[in-house]
Amino acid sequence: MSTTKSLYASLASLAAVTAASSHASAYTAYVTNEKDNTVSVIDSEKQEVIKTFKVGQRPRGVIMSKDHNWLIICASDDNIIQVYDAKTYEFVKTLPSGPDPELLILHPDGKRLYVANEDDNLVTVVDIEKGTVISDIPVGVEPEGMGMSPDGKVLVNTSETTNMAHFIDTETHKTFDNVLVDSRPRVAIFNHDGTQLWVSSEIGGTVTVLNPADRKQIAKISFEIPGIAKEAIQPVGIRLTQDGKKAFVALGPANRVAVIDVATFKVEKYILVGQRVWQMYLTPDDKMLYTTNGTSNDVTVVDVENLKAIKSIKVGRYPWGVVIGNN
Amino acid sequence: MMIRDVVQFWQRTRLRPAFIGTACISAILATGPLLLGPAHAQETPSTQAPTAAETANAVPSDIQQLPILYLKQLRDKNPPLSLLDLSPADDGVAGAKLGIADNNTTGKFTKQNFTLDVVESANVDDLIKAALEKGTAGSGFIAADMEPDALLKLADALAGKDAVIMNVGNADDSIREENCRANVLHIAPARSMLADALGQYLAWKRWNNWFLIVGPQPEDKLYAEALKRTAKRFGSKIVEEREFKYEPGSRRADGGFEQVQQQIPGFTQGAKEHDVVMVSDEGSLFGEYIPYRTWSPRPVTGTAGLVASSWHPALELWGGTQFQNRFKRLANRIMRPLDYDAWLAMRVVGEAATRTKSDKFADLNKYVHTPEFEVAAFKGMKTTFRSWNGQLRQPLLVSTPKMLVSVSPQPGFLHQTSVLDTLGYDKPETKCKAYAK
Repeated sequence: MSTTKSLYASLASLAAVTAASSHASAYTAYVTNEKDNTVSVIDSEKQEVIKTFKVGQRPRGVIMSKDHNWLIICASDDNIIQVYDAKTYEFVKTLPSGPDPELLILHPDGKRLYVANEDDNLVTVVDIEKGTVISDIPVGVEPEGMGMSPDGKVLVNTSETTNMAHFIDTETHKTFDNVLVDSRPRVAIFNHDGTQLWVSSEIGGTVTVLNPADRKQIAKISFEIPGIAKEAIQPVGIRLTQDGKKAFVALGPANRVAVIDVATFKVEKYILVGQRVWQMYLTPDDKMLYTTNGTSNDVTVVDVENLKAIKSIKVGRYPWGVVIGNN
Repeated sequence: MMIRDVVQFWQRTRLRPAFIGTACISAILATGPLLLGPAHAQETPSTQAPTAAETANAVPSDIQQLPILYLKQLRDKNPPLSLLDLSPADDGVAGAKLGIADNNTTGKFTKQNFTLDVVESANVDDLIKAALEKGTAGSGFIAADMEPDALLKLADALAGKDAVIMNVGNADDSIREENCRANVLHIAPARSMLADALGQYLAWKRWNNWFLIVGPQPEDKLYAEALKRTAKRFGSKIVEEREFKYEPGSRRADGGFEQVQQQIPGFTQGAKEHDVVMVSDEGSLFGEYIPYRTWSPRPVTGTAGLVASSWHPALELWGGTQFQNRFKRLANRIMRPLDYDAWLAMRVVGEAATRTKSDKFADLNKYVHTPEFEVAAFKGMKTTFRSWNGQLRQPLLVSTPKMLVSVSPQPGFLHQTSVLDTLGYDKPETKCKAYAK
C-alpha cells in the first residue's frame, strides 16, 4: 500500500518536474525599460535576454492581451498606448489614452482596457479592438494602481496624491466607494478568488488588505528590516500566488522583496534583489518571480518554492514594468 | 528671501501641446468652481467674504467647508540681477491654488471643500487684522509669507486663538529656535537645513575648503552663519571670508559686463587655496556675477551656482513630472520653491482633513501635531513635522539653475531616528522652548 503510494507520489513529482521544465521553456518575460524606450525580452528557461526592441517614449505599465498575442504598453511620454506583436515584436497599432498613461489592466472579457492617466485624474476605458475611448472616469489626483476583480465587475484604481482606492463599477463606469489608504498608493491587486484587495502605499510604507465586499480593512502590513532606514521601505509592486498562500511585495529602495504568509499577513522573509525594486510578475506556473530593479538596470529571478533570488539578468536602463506570457 | 529659484528655460521644453487643452479643461471642471471664489484680495480683503459665503451656500450642507487664509507681506526689495529671477506677482499664491485644487479633487470623494482666501499687504497690522477676523473663522490654518518680525507679531496676536500659522516664506532660524512660537508650523526649510543640504553634498564630494563671500544684507550674514555651522558639523573649513560691499540700490557691480569682468577676478584674487567659492547673497544682488569670473577656476556654490532648495522647476523624480505639469497648466509658469512650500502648506491641511474627516480646527490641529501625521510631497519619502519646533522635515534638492544635481541627506549621513534630522537643528540642539510645553 505504502509502496504504491510512494510510487504514485514519485510518479507525480516526476510528472510535475517534466511539466515544469517543458513549460518553463515556453515562457517569455517582457520588461519595459523606462529610460531606454525599449522592451527586453527574456527567455525564462535560458534566463537571458533574447531580444531588445524599441518602443515609444518612457514605456512603463505593460500587460498582455487575453490571447497573449499582443503586448500592450503605456508609452507615457507619448501619451498613448502601444500594441506590439508578442512573438515578432512588430508594432501593431496605437490605442488612445489620456495624458501620461502609467498602468493598465484588461477586463476579463479581453475587450476593455482600463488605463490610469497620471496627469489628468482620469481612468480611461478603451475598446482595444476598435481603438476607441468608451469612457473617462474621474478619480483622485494622479491615478496609478489598477486592480480588476476576477469576475470583472469591479475595477479598483488608486490615486497617489489623493491616497484613495476608488472602487469602480465596470458596468456603469461610476465610482461607488472611495477608501482612504496610507500615503501614495501605487498598486492595487485582487487575490485570485476576489475576496481580498491588496493595496501598497509607497510613502506610507504599508500594504493594506481590504475586503472588496464591504471595503473594510482586513489587515495592514508594515515592514521592518534591520539596518534599513524606515523611509527607504517603500512598497510598490504586489503579486499573489494562485494557491492563495503567498504574497510578494516589492519594497523599492529597500532593495528587497517581502514574502508574506497570506493566512497570517505576517512577513516571512525579505529577499535581497536589485536596487529600487519596482514591479514584479509570476510565471504562469507560479514557480518563478521576476522583479524589475530600476536603478541597478536588472531583473532578479526569484525561486518561489525556496524563496531565493537565483539569477540577476541585465536589461535596459531603468526597468519598470514586467509581464510574462504563456508562450 | 528664498535662497533662489530660476530658470525659465524649462518652459520651452517637454510641453505636451496636444493634451494641455483638454487636461486643462478637466482640471477646471474638477476644481474650478471652488477656486473661482478666492482670488487675489490685494488691498480689499472685505470683498472676499461674500464670495466665500456664497460658495458655502451654493453647496449641500453635508459638505464640510475648509477655508484657508493666505497672508502675503508685500516687501520693498531690490530686484535680483537676472531677469530670470524676477519674482512673479503670484509667487507662492499659485502654489497654494494648486494645493487647494489637489485637496478638492480628494474632497469630491470625502465631501470636503477647500477654499483659499489671499490677503496681500505691506502693512503688517492689516495682515494681523485679516488673520484675526478671517483666519480664526475658517479652518484656523493660516499660511504666511512674511518677514520674521512680522510673523512673530502675528503669532503673538493669534496666541490662544483657534489658529495655527504655516510659515511658507521664511528661512530664518531664530523664529524656529530661540524665538519659536507654539502656534507656528514651518513648511519652508530653515537656512540651517539648506546650508546642511549643500554642506553634505560638498562633504560627499570632499570639497572641504570653502572661500566664503558674504553680502552686506542681514540675510546674507545669517546664511553665512548657517554655512559656518554646517562647515563645523561636517568637517569642512572656511579658509577665507570676504565681504562683498556695494551700495544697495546703486549696485556697485551693475556697470554691465565690462566692469564686472574686471571687478570679480580682482575681488577673488589671492584667496587661500580653496575647493569652492561659497556665495551668500540671498537677494541675488551680486552672487550671479561670481561664476566664471573668479580668479581661480573653482565651482561656485551657496546662493549662486550650485544651490540647495525645497523645490526645482526641472525636478521629475518621484512623480514630479505630473505635479510640474499640473502647476504649469494652472499658473502658466514654472513652479518656484515658494510655490512648492505654499502647495505643501495646503496639502498639510488637506491631509489632516482627509484623515480626521473633520473640518474642526481642534481635530485638525491635534492630528497635525501627532507623530502619525505625514504628507507625501514628491520627495521620495514622507514629510513630517519635528516635535521640538514644528519644522517640516523633508529631503532638500541640490541643483544648478537648470538641473538637479543631488538630493540631501547624502549617503553616509546617518541618524538614530530619521536621516532627515541630519539637516538643520536636531532635537538635542534645539533652543525652542514653546514646543516643549
